Amino acid sequence: MKYLSEFRDPAAARRLADAIAATVTRPWTLMEVCGGQTHSIMKYGIDRLLPESVELIHGPGCPVCVTPLEYIDKAIAIAETPGAILCTFGDMLRVPGSGRDLLSVKAAGGDVRAVYSPLDALKIARAHPDRQVVFFSVGFETTAPGTAMAAFQAQRDAIANFSLLVCHVRVPPAMEAILSSPNNRVQGFLAAGHVCAVMGYAEYEPIAERYRVPIVVTGFEPLDILAGIHDCLVQLEQGRHEVSNEYARAVTHDGNVPAQALMRQVFCVVDRQWRGLGSIAQSGLGLSADYASLDAESRFELHALSTPEPAECLSGLVLQGALKPDRCPAFGSRCTPEHPLGATMVSSEGACAAYYRYRHTATATPAETA
Amino acid sequence: MNENPDFQLACPTPIGIYEHVVMAHGGGGRLMQQLLDKLVQPAFANPYLAARHDSAVFEQGGQRYAFTTDSYVVKPMFFPGGDIGKLAVCGTLNDLAMAGAKPLFLSAGLIIEEGLPLADLQRILNSMAETARAAGALIVTGDTKVVDRGKGDGLYINTAGIGLIEHGGTIAPASVRPGDAVLINGDIGRHGIAIMAQREGLAFETTIESDCADLSGLVGALLEAGIEIHCLRDLTRGGLASALIEIAQAAGVNIEVREADIPVREDVQGACEILGFDPLYVANEGRLAAFVPADQAERALAALRQHPLGADAAIIGQVPGSSSGAVNLQTAFGINRPLDLLSGEQLPRIC
Repeated sequence: MKYLSEFRDPAAARRLADAIAATVTRPWTLMEVCGGQTHSIMKYGIDRLLPESVELIHGPGCPVCVTPLEYIDKAIAIAETPGAILCTFGDMLRVPGSGRDLLSVKAAGGDVRAVYSPLDALKIARAHPDRQVVFFSVGFETTAPGTAMAAFQAQRDAIANFSLLVCHVRVPPAMEAILSSPNNRVQGFLAAGHVCAVMGYAEYEPIAERYRVPIVVTGFEPLDILAGIHDCLVQLEQGRHEVSNEYARAVTHDGNVPAQALMRQVFCVVDRQWRGLGSIAQSGLGLSADYASLDAESRFELHALSTPEPAECLSGLVLQGALKPDRCPAFGSRCTPEHPLGATMVSSEGACAAYYRYRHTATATPAETA
Repeated sequence: MNENPDFQLACPTPIGIYEHVVMAHGGGGRLMQQLLDKLVQPAFANPYLAARHDSAVFEQGGQRYAFTTDSYVVKPMFFPGGDIGKLAVCGTLNDLAMAGAKPLFLSAGLIIEEGLPLADLQRILNSMAETARAAGALIVTGDTKVVDRGKGDGLYINTAGIGLIEHGGTIAPASVRPGDAVLINGDIGRHGIAIMAQREGLAFETTIESDCADLSGLVGALLEAGIEIHCLRDLTRGGLASALIEIAQAAGVNIEVREADIPVREDVQGACEILGFDPLYVANEGRLAAFVPADQAERALAALRQHPLGADAAIIGQVPGSSSGAVNLQTAFGINRPLDLLSGEQLPRIC
């Protein structure tokens, strides 16, 4: 299969791993930004193909994990409103709010629907003109264009019963927050390929220059990740700190220009709270003044709803790459996918969930059969 | 970040055990396992149930019989490669077959939603009859209930079955031994993807058809070839991975499987990539895993491949000497990683 099997070829992976081993003369610490990359690394055991002196740490690039508790609670409040239909991505259904998750709300009678696209939510709104339909839109710049298109179409077609609970986040400010932290250990970044497919990579150039770190745009297949690691390590060994593109089949320097134009029209840059990390300036996207009528927080009078985030687990450190998931005292005991302390253990892209799924050997009770 | 007064390391409060049933309790994963272990097993505790097999095996009048039941709630009712009627009969025939039983009698319980077109019901009943007839089984009893419109998804079917065990072995998780080979009868993931594609209106270049099939003939072929079958398991909800984990835990053995030897069709793999699913956990309705002694593995493979439902059969792993109830997957890169039960059903990913 073009673009799939070729990028999972074991012999080619071994050659790249050998090239990496031949490159490295001292210890280096790299961060893969995206949760999808984290899962690929765990799933294929890519970190085990690397020399011990190369450490991969996992970044905050799981949109589910970083969605603030407050917004989960707002989504739950909408889902509990009689007559409302709350649509969101499947990943969000099991993320705990301050007390429950959306699956529990659904079980209690709320109309919660997992969709693949914001445009599917818009279809549901068209099909149920007598009900308020809300799309809970989370994610990085990867998913923001879909939300922007849904907003554009809803406004253009005057779909009065559709609104958006927007909690989009931007990658570059999060990278800068990590690099400027006193805990920072990151010496090079693997940038998230799908984000760059939309945004290009021009905005990373000043970051690479300012913090003197190489940033390599990297894909998600095993060979993509190994190639990204190799490129990053070559730069580090040579004392370079450039932005380079190892995902050229999907990413161009300028990215998806029409998508960016629509995003600029629909969204404005706002400060955003990140779950486990706190507030990061200019790191979010909210609805612009032109699209304020689609704001579900106003429509459902939720602006006053705020949820403090008690310090119950160490996912903040995990999201910064300062703590490996399996070094957390609660990992695999008090914190499991069934009883998560934090979103990093719930999300399909969360680093803790990846470690649990691919590294943790469960000692569960025997299963009854179907 | 240290310059930001708002910045802190924080996380949500723990979420407790669900107080109500959620969809994930039916997903074939860990939550379903907990539901069964904590509620169902203790309520009905008996040695037959404790065997943790697809069918209960009992003896009567010097003969051994297998007895099983299963319910079917599938949306849409008609899908490429089958329908809920064929599924309801095949599923129960297969549960009997996993004990090596020849199917004799089936029941059919219908819970029909008000408003279901009679033409659809007729088509489904015909499908059930045809599938049972082809297997040499009779549908001899049943029940019909109608529920208000909006209280069901058109039609729910429950089927139970009784089969006769004519071989002398004990085909059950408890019979799995270190040194056994693990075989499957073909590519995995087709049923789940066929249903998902129909349900979500996903259009792929080719229509992926369900593998829905009655496996009793295939199991008969293994028995006729004189294979000493230790255990069989059909790879339904939760897919191959969940089935292997259940057997490893029930039998108290480890299982090792090789990713490179597990057949997955290219179109199914591609659909899984788009949906963010792992084919190892996707449901099948015409696939089984067979545990046989290593020295009979090649003969078993040949017997499977001679049958139309086993043309793409493969030896995918083995049961090593260690015994901690774990399943390990050797990736194509030669790295071993554990397979674990998912919490519930796989959920579509954000990106």
